[in-house]
This record gives sequence, structure tokens and C-alpha cells, in this order.
Amino acid sequence: MSFTFTEDQKLLSDSADRFVLDEYDFETRRKILNQDGGFDKKNWSKFAELGWLALPIAEEYGGLGGSTVDTAVLLEALGRGLVVEPYQSSIVLGAELLQITGKEEQKKQYLPSVAEGKTLLSFAHIEPTSRFNLSHIKTKASKEGDCYVVNGEKAIVYNAETADFFIVSARTEGDVSDQAGITLFVIPSNSEGIKLRSYPTIDGLRASELTLNAVKVDQKDILGPLHQAMPAIQQVVDRACVLLCAEAAGAMDTAVKLTVDYIKNREQFGQAIGSFQVLQHRAVEMLGAKDFSRALTYRAAGAMDQSNSSERARAVSAAKVEMGRSGKLIGQEGIQLHGGMGMTDDMPIGHFFKRLTMIDAIFGNVDFHRKRFAQII
Amino acid sequence: MKESKIMDLILTPEEEKFRDEVRAFVSKNITDDIRKKTMTGFRLDKEDHESWQKKLYEKGWIAPGWPVEYGGTGWSPMQKHIFEEECASGGAPPVIAFGVTMVAPVIMAFGSDHQKEYYLPRILKSEDWWCQGYSEPGSGSDLASLRTRAVLDGDNYIVNGQKTWTSLAQHANLMFCLVRTSDEGKRQEGISFLLVDMNQPGVTVQPIKTIDGSTEVNNVFLEDVKVPIENRVGEENKGWTYAKYLLGHERTSIAAVGRSKAQLRRLKTIASAEEHDGSALINDQVFREKIADIEIDLLALESLVLRILSEESAGKGPGPEASFLKIKGTEVQQGITELLIEAIGNYAHPFIPESMEKGWNEEPIGPEYAASIAPHYFNWRKASIYGGSNEIQKNIIAKAVLGF
Repeated sequence: MSFTFTEDQKLLSDSADRFVLDEYDFETRRKILNQDGGFDKKNWSKFAELGWLALPIAEEYGGLGGSTVDTAVLLEALGRGLVVEPYQSSIVLGAELLQITGKEEQKKQYLPSVAEGKTLLSFAHIEPTSRFNLSHIKTKASKEGDCYVVNGEKAIVYNAETADFFIVSARTEGDVSDQAGITLFVIPSNSEGIKLRSYPTIDGLRASELTLNAVKVDQKDILGPLHQAMPAIQQVVDRACVLLCAEAAGAMDTAVKLTVDYIKNREQFGQAIGSFQVLQHRAVEMLGAKDFSRALTYRAAGAMDQSNSSERARAVSAAKVEMGRSGKLIGQEGIQLHGGMGMTDDMPIGHFFKRLTMIDAIFGNVDFHRKRFAQII
Repeated sequence: MKESKIMDLILTPEEEKFRDEVRAFVSKNITDDIRKKTMTGFRLDKEDHESWQKKLYEKGWIAPGWPVEYGGTGWSPMQKHIFEEECASGGAPPVIAFGVTMVAPVIMAFGSDHQKEYYLPRILKSEDWWCQGYSEPGSGSDLASLRTRAVLDGDNYIVNGQKTWTSLAQHANLMFCLVRTSDEGKRQEGISFLLVDMNQPGVTVQPIKTIDGSTEVNNVFLEDVKVPIENRVGEENKGWTYAKYLLGHERTSIAAVGRSKAQLRRLKTIASAEEHDGSALINDQVFREKIADIEIDLLALESLVLRILSEESAGKGPGPEASFLKIKGTEVQQGITELLIEAIGNYAHPFIPESMEKGWNEEPIGPEYAASIAPHYFNWRKASIYGGSNEIQKNIIAKAVLGF
């Protein structure tokens, strides 16, 4: 277990930090949010050129064979700038599902193109009534000849409106919350019967509610074993949680810096408000929250590539709980220490607060992961 | 789900009768549409507020805090508390505070006869919309450092400066404004209290977008704005005293106990509707205990409110300890918004600001109650900042109560 960056990781981190500093300032990001699809396609091409999309993809499919820690390093840097390009959707979720559970032909068909930035993926899994329960799947896929016909509703599908393919989970057997009986399908986004209702999310991303109305899928487009998709889904979502925590670590870092900077400069009562000990202590708490969360996140990232599934579950849930708590403290205190200015949309701090809050609210909040961890103590 | 009982206040028979009367009045005069908007945080527009306030005026209930001779109700402090609670639980929009609760007591205590005769009836009838010109970009917590300047020129003050964080300035036709009229002596000693007509040249209102996407607050730029001398309340350079008087007034209502009770009920309703682990979220032990924690805090808050109110009955005004009501009140309010955002799970993400405006009639995304919850969580972070930040309130208690 290593807690310092390797040379390669350092280079990667510096390069991503440079990108954020030079090309992703707050005003630039604001313009990007308002673009069609909610991100800048030129940035996506640039990420492809820099090898960032290829990073966690295996070398035989056009990737760089990077580890979860490598990817965490990248995401932390991108999190510093609240980068909105669909890395989590396409690479962390979509590509990883293909990698760990796809047939050879499927991996060859999709992964190189994803790594080159030419194909975008979205994972349509959450449902309107599922809350954080990953096996709560009502969307049904019934066999009809050589096809499956998929009917159902998916919720909060990130970047669905720009995806070329959806990876959709559907129940092929069993009852609503059974772990067994779930199957993954790769479905072209322009398939007949797919309807999207797209919207911005409160933290600046794009997502959709997806309705599948008698969508026909060829059985060759099943991803992974029939009825047995849950272990892969769990593994990918667990890893995605850690990578979201990594993105959060970067966001927390900037939020703390913005706040310290603000209170050092804002004067009231004839002095910088940062000269008041009470506020200094609170800024220190924010820094500590970031440090502990970040350290645990990297520990969990290291565990992703090594551990068995229950050790992995402990690591993930611990990291997500710590992130949720730290993110809340840093976000709320960040606003409070900025005073009235913290409430304005013009100041960056509110945007960091919103992103941190939403990372807690996806794939299981603090209560969910605390309970999961408690079951394995 | 059966209606849960938050420990009811122990009322005398007369108080119970009064409570029933208020409850019936609210039920009769608040439409379902307005109740829903108030409870869910969807945007109330000017007509929503005005129509309710006019009904209250017709009933004689628009200004419970005023002396009877000016149009007040003559209620006991407990009756005022009951009234606030029944209005909140019935989904009535809060009466806009700037006119009735904030500038009116100052005019009553320090204003000229002409000001009283002109403004007070108009405030009762909601014929004027007021806003508060206090904060400036460089004067937040340190309000006494304000720099908007008023220079006497014949019969008028000429006012130049910028006010910020001015709620509802986009609707207001009048602003009560703290301005600097002297640089002599301490900073507090050079401040005057002016009443400014918003509809005149030189006044520019610029909306400020907040992190929840709304524009309820504004910058107000004042460029050579003429304010007649008759629009100064009280004496020149005594404005700070009047402002402090205003802040001390009605401190108990800023705790908004009734509103928090109503929001807690709403939280329980939503938690009962959310499917969770084969049951409802309200049956999750951890979540229930979190609700319990806030409910207990709210009971403690209400208890201190009632203690302070009973001292008021005995003629004692709320002292600096009333600052605790603001601190705890806002912490409880914010705590409830936290549980609400947890309660809706994934549906905290979609952001459709138009869905909270009048006239939007598309299908909601997810449950109908979800759309306003995350924006409201972010919007309500202001509560620990405005009205004298919680840090300032603690300073007040430290100095004035503990003698530091």
C-alpha cells in the first residue's frame, strides 16, 4: 500500500492540474455548462489525446492499463476544477462494465473507440423507486425469439442525451429486489422505443429519465452472464464510489483554499475576519476533513484492485461515509465563512458545495454506507 | 400515516378556543394552491402575499405585534405564538416582515406624526411594499461601517451608494435605509434612518442570483437619489439606535417555531412515502432517530421561546439571550432541510427551476415533492448568515450576557 504518488502519477496529476488552471477557470466552466449536452466536445477530444480516457482501459483494447489509484489521481485533479465532462459516465461506469464483464468481441467493438473519445457510454441502472438499493430493478427484459424486449423506467442517467450506447440493467428473472435475475444489455441510444427526458442537475451536470418502451435488443448485446449481472454491477459501482470520492477530494481541496483565501482578505471591524481565532479553527477543521477523507479515499482506491469483495465493500463504504461527512462540513462551513457572498451564484464556493452534496447523494449516502459498513464490522 | 402529535402546548380553554378560531380562519382563507406553494417552497408571487395580507387586514390580524392604538390585536404573547403556529401549519405565506414587523415599530417609536399618519395605515393595508437597505458590499456583519452617504442639500438629502442583499427590492416601492450623514465621532454616531422612494431616477435594482438559482435578493444602486427631509425618521445621526431597536423587536418570531413544526410534519409525510428496504424510510431506525434529534431540539427551542414570551407578559422585553432563539431556530430549520434532502435520495439531483414558478404544469421528475427540496437546502444556508450571523449572535451573548 503506497500513500505517495509514483513518478507517473505525479506527471499525470501535474498535467491535469495544468489543464484545470489554464483551461478550466470558473468562467470557462460556466460557459461549458450551458453548451448543448452540457460539456465541451473539444475537451473530450483533448482528454483522448492526453490518454486520460484510455487510462483505466486494458492495453489490448487501446488503453493504458492504469490502476484505480491512477484513475483516482486524475479524477482528484479534475475535481479541483469541477470538470463536468462525462468521465464518470463513459469511463468509470460504462467502460469498466465492458471491461470486467464483456465478451472479447464486445470489448474489441467498444473499448478502443471509447478510449479514442469517439464513443460515449451511459449506465442506465438507477430506477425511480430504487433509492440506493442496487438490486431493486423493475425494468423487465423478456425473451422473444433471438431478442429481448425491454420495458421500464430508469432514473438519473448521467449524460444520457449525448451517449451513443446505454448499458441498461433489466430483470430477466425473479422478484424486484432479488440479487439474482438481473442482466445487462448494450443498447444503441437511437433505438426505437427509447425516450429521454433530460435535465440539468443542481451541481452542473446533465442527466435524464429514460423510458424504455418495448425496446428490442439482440441477445448478442447481452453484456456478461444472463441473470447474473449483479456482482459486476456491484464491483463497478463500488469502484465508481471510490473514484467519486477522489473527485470530491479535489473539490474539497479547492473549497478549503477558496475559503481560507476569502477570510484572509475580507475585512470587517477593521481587520481581516481570518484574524479571528474562531474562524481560524473552523478553517482548520475544514482542512482536516479534507485530509482525512482524501487519505481514506486513496487507501480504498488501492484496495479496489486487490481485495476480495467484502474487504472491498468495507473500504468503499468507509470512504463514502467519510467523504459524505467531510463534504458536508466543508461545503456548509465554506458558505458560512464566505458570509453573504457565499450565497451568490457568482462565487465559486457554492458550486463546490453543490457538487460535494451531490456526490454524497449518488450510489448511497452516508446513512446507506454506514449501515453497509456496520453489517461487516 | 396518522398525524403525529408533536407535544402539544398546554393551553387554557380560552387559548384553545383562540387556536381553533385561527385554525378555521386560515383553513378558510388559504387556497390549496397557496398552501402547497408555502409548504414546498415553490415561489409565491406578489399577489399570493398581498391577497393573504389583505384578508388578515380585514380580520384585524395583520399586525399582532403592534400596539392596539395603531391597529394591533392586543393579544397575549401566547396568543401571538399560537397565531404564528397555526398560520405556519395551515400553509399561510409568512407576512412580509419589512413593513409590518421592521419599519413600522421604528416609525411608531421615533417617527413624526405625519409619518405615522401616512405610512402606518398603508402598511396595514399592504399598499406599500418595503425593503431593507442595510447591508453593503463592505458592510455585512460590520454594519456600522456603512458608506452610503446622504448629504443635505436644501430640503433634500442627496443619497449615493450601494446596498446589497436587499430582499424583494424588485417588488418594493419603498426602502428604509441606513445612511451616513456624519463622519464625526464613532461610526455608529453618524448614521441616519431614511425612507426612500424606490420609483425615482437614480435608483437601480439589480438582481443577484443565489446558489439555488433564485433571484430573491438584489443590489440597489443609489445615484444622486433625492430623499426629502420629511422622509428621515427621527433625528439625524441617531439612526443606529433606531436600527438596534428594530433588531431587538420581535426576536421571538425569528425562531419560526411554527414553521419548523410544519416542515417537520412535511418531512415525516415524505419519509412515509419513500420506499426503502421493502418498507418506508420513516421506519428506518437511523432515520427516525435523526428526526427525533431535531424534534427534541425544536421542543427545547419552543420551550425557551415560551419562557421569554412569558417574561414579555410580565412587561420585560426580550433581552440579549433572545439571540439564542435566532441561533437555534436557524440550526433547526437547516437541520430539517438536511433530512429532507436525504429523504428524497436520488431525486435531489434533477434541477428544474421553472417547475417552482407559477404556470408550470408538466409532469414532475420523480415525486412531486422532490423538485424544491435540494434548492431549498442550498437556499436555506442563508439563515445562519442573515439577520445578524450566528457568529455575531454569539458575540452578543458573550458580551451582553456573560460579560466577556
